[in-house]
Amino acid sequence: MRARVLVRPKAGILDPQGIAVERALPALGFQGVQNVHVGRLIELDVEDPAQLDDMCRKLLVNPLIEDYEVVPDASRPALGPSQSDAPGADGTKG
Amino acid sequence: MRFGVVRFPGTCDDVDALDACAKVGDAEILWHGDRELRGVDAVVIPGGFSYGDYLRVGAIARFSPVMESVMAFARDGGPVLGICNGFQVLCEAGLLPGALLPNVGLRFICRQVGVVVERTDTAFTSACEPGQVLSIPVKHTTGRYFAPDPAALEAAGQVVLRYAHDGNPNGSTNDIAGVCNERRNVVGLMPHPEHAVDELLGSADGLTLFESAARVPVV
Amino acid sequence: MSPSSSTVPGLQSALELGLTEQEYGLVCDKLGREPNEVELAMFSLLWSEHCSYKHSRKLLRTLPTEGEHVVMGPGENAGAVDVGDGLAVAFKVESHNHPSAVEPFQGAATGVGGILRDIFAIGARPIAVLDSLRFGEPSSARSRYLLDHAVSGIAHYGNSVGVATVGGEVYHEAPYEQNCLVNAMALGLARRERMIRSAAAGVGNVVVLFGSSTGRDGIGGASVLASAELGVNDDKRPTVQVGDPFAGKKALECSLELLERGLLVSLQDLGAAGLTSSSAEMASKGGVGLDLDVSRVPLREADMEPFEIMVSESQERMLCVCEPERVDEVLAVCAKWEVHGTAIGVVTDTRHLRVLDGDRVVGDVPVVALVDECPLYDLEPARPERPLYAPPAATLDPAADARATLLALLGSPNVASRLPLFQQYDWIVQSRTVRRPGEADAAVLRLPAGNAIAVAIDGSGRRVAADPYTGTVEAVLECAANLACVGAEPLGLTNCLNFGNPEKPHIAWQLAESIRGLGDACRALGVPVVGGNVSLYNEGAKGPIYPTPVVGIVGGLPDAARAGRLAFARAGDAIGLAGPFAPRLPASELAKLRGDALPHALAELDVSAARAAHEAVRDAVRAGALSSAHDVAEGGLAVALAESALAGGIGAVVSVDAGGDAWTRLFGEAPGSGFVVSGPRAALESLGAELLGEVGGDAVEIRAGDVALRATLAELREAHGSLAALFP
Repeated sequence: MRARVLVRPKAGILDPQGIAVERALPALGFQGVQNVHVGRLIELDVEDPAQLDDMCRKLLVNPLIEDYEVVPDASRPALGPSQSDAPGADGTKG
Repeated sequence: MRFGVVRFPGTCDDVDALDACAKVGDAEILWHGDRELRGVDAVVIPGGFSYGDYLRVGAIARFSPVMESVMAFARDGGPVLGICNGFQVLCEAGLLPGALLPNVGLRFICRQVGVVVERTDTAFTSACEPGQVLSIPVKHTTGRYFAPDPAALEAAGQVVLRYAHDGNPNGSTNDIAGVCNERRNVVGLMPHPEHAVDELLGSADGLTLFESAARVPVV
Repeated sequence: MSPSSSTVPGLQSALELGLTEQEYGLVCDKLGREPNEVELAMFSLLWSEHCSYKHSRKLLRTLPTEGEHVVMGPGENAGAVDVGDGLAVAFKVESHNHPSAVEPFQGAATGVGGILRDIFAIGARPIAVLDSLRFGEPSSARSRYLLDHAVSGIAHYGNSVGVATVGGEVYHEAPYEQNCLVNAMALGLARRERMIRSAAAGVGNVVVLFGSSTGRDGIGGASVLASAELGVNDDKRPTVQVGDPFAGKKALECSLELLERGLLVSLQDLGAAGLTSSSAEMASKGGVGLDLDVSRVPLREADMEPFEIMVSESQERMLCVCEPERVDEVLAVCAKWEVHGTAIGVVTDTRHLRVLDGDRVVGDVPVVALVDECPLYDLEPARPERPLYAPPAATLDPAADARATLLALLGSPNVASRLPLFQQYDWIVQSRTVRRPGEADAAVLRLPAGNAIAVAIDGSGRRVAADPYTGTVEAVLECAANLACVGAEPLGLTNCLNFGNPEKPHIAWQLAESIRGLGDACRALGVPVVGGNVSLYNEGAKGPIYPTPVVGIVGGLPDAARAGRLAFARAGDAIGLAGPFAPRLPASELAKLRGDALPHALAELDVSAARAAHEAVRDAVRAGALSSAHDVAEGGLAVALAESALAGGIGAVVSVDAGGDAWTRLFGEAPGSGFVVSGPRAALESLGAELLGEVGGDAVEIRAGDVALRATLAELREAHGSLAALFP
């Protein structure tokens, strides 16, 4: 199953990237845009979605400075062989 | 005094750190893949872009085999210095409080700054004078120090170095440039003392941090 | 032997790939048949301008390449000069103009990545980067965007791999609006016995590929972009190469460790035209053949065709040759650095480059046909009858007085402080940087024995457009003058020649005259050319760029501690002007601000007098006799004085003998011929400098005949800081 983890800066922490984007949009003619925050998207095939929270806490997210949201979607199929499975990807001959 | 300087894939300032340590003692490289600390007396985690800063700065390096040993060494009171990326790794590893965020200016900034020594009762500032101002370069994109409770950190005396004279280059809370753990054996800072050990290159003020470590009694 | 692949793309495909009909005919002659898809792709790339230098090679052969310090001359991945104690400094400059116009961040980043690979491909550890950038005027949003992103790209790559960016230049001129220039120069340090060449050798030896995996990046890049004018067929823009400095750093450390352990016979980096050009060049230099099996290449995308694998420009890849007994050790070092080391081929004695897909031969080409027998063309130069370039737009009020003129010059994009750029670069990593950007006219990097090397990069567009021969001589003189200011003697030169379409006679004339000037200047100064690069077809619908030769010179100085500085140091120091400085206003920055048309020629230079002045200043700096030395460049004497004052945070009071026109004396230019020096009066007199005045106060006051100006340091600093607004 394919899952998505949306990572965003923790509320209350200054987000200069979000501010920069929020300032750039009106300059391009887009009005009425507020509260822009810039984060990160991690997408992965998982066999056991119950492990996702643990993965987030241990590696994918820094809970001190980030909030996250796990979006499992049983209707989205896994992608198949991974780019890290390619011949030579682990440093040896394929 | 034997220093171990950790090298991850993507570390850039390891040789500079090695040379700085070698001015006050013996120094050797500790490869990230080896668990052995080889009996060194102090560990330095230098600057650079370990693992390309992938995921988050320091997030992947923190899980290297060598870091398991560094964490045990630190828990046993061994002196550990984290410089720039090293500071980021120590925060990710939980050996230091807080985290490093992108500079408010969102750009890499490289310039000489003045840094005030707030505490001289740490493993790496014992050779300094309280209030001494050190001239040291900073060079980073992700140096804005964040602590969830800065007041508590200040009260506990864990703020070790502070940017001087409106010189804060990254917007860090309370102009914090470096912190230590509660036990005061682990110190992290964003400025690069290893680039300030020779007047010919601009300043030798950084040498005092390495001299401080060399004073630590070897068990 | 005819390969089993039976697709014959034919003449039409060849034309679309950039070959001419005659060239296609030549390919067929050399093969004895029409090329198949894989072979045609290989020829179209290796016979492209970018890879073959077919329009410039005959002229480049006229450049002087010999010198007592030369360790490696043109023809290898980089040139190198001896710097004593068994050490050599490798260096080269290369362009990445066309990709940067498409995607400036990645274009500039991969430009840095590529030049770094050329350095460590010969066994040198990269220690410094410099960049020469040219864009349209900052009034154009597009040019501001290109500048901002190119600088970020350079910073991203250089900082991440841990190589200090120690110098460079940026210019804004309207002719670069459609065709920006991004030239990257790199230096490396090597023990001479650890240096390696790229010639494949040893029949039966194994070819190993390592670095990033191979994808579809930049397919068609070299042949399509760099061999035709942009704009006509925009849909031909290929995929942009994306650089990964982390992968670059790993490939660098792996390469140096392989060399340190003595495991390699040869090493080559993969740049433009990927596997095709690197394997062909390795085989050509070694006089051998290579069999490559594309099915063994680690891929990052599924279902890549053999021709795609051969022409992919995926970054951060290296090719090496080792003896069969050492393959396991080589792969072990690659595994340690996590760089996908894979044996993909073998050296043969067939003198053919054979491409296999498993056991099926899909391409078979004689190496000499690909590399050595690419037709070379004579240019048909013709001096243009009419001016090629419109006069610059005037930005200075004609009634401006001398003070306002100085402030306008200091604030102009070609003169203003470059600190907002340099603060984005790590200029200190590896702890060699004795003189930082802004401290002196050249960067100075210390060496282990206490001596040092100096490096500067200089180019000129507008002045070369006025007079390609003299303008190019001036560029070389100015670069050498920069080195003299820090006390360095030039050891070798690298050049990047950025020009328009050489098939047009007036561009051919620019190129031919510029190369003639380059050669004459190098011979007059005794500096050999050790390598370089040519970038042609830099033009679009609105016309060609200014002809822009960019030169980088590396020099040596015996005592790092005595490296010169450009800042005034103390009140009471005398200020002087040294050198055969004969300033002129035409083609100067002031003339540009006034909107003057380019002159038809530049004033003749006394190169031997300039050389003598360089040597005298150099010796005075080495002796520690001077407080400061700064060459007079854009904006003339008044700007040079202001720059030394600002750098030192201390003013000056100066009176210039106005023999001739005062405005010419204050703002006229004569690149490479004049030096503002300060120090004890006696030292300046020994140097033969014309005494001008004294350091002191908090303002710059200059009098020239009945023209006078005074501006405080605060006013000058504010004007000089104008570029900060371009990097919000």
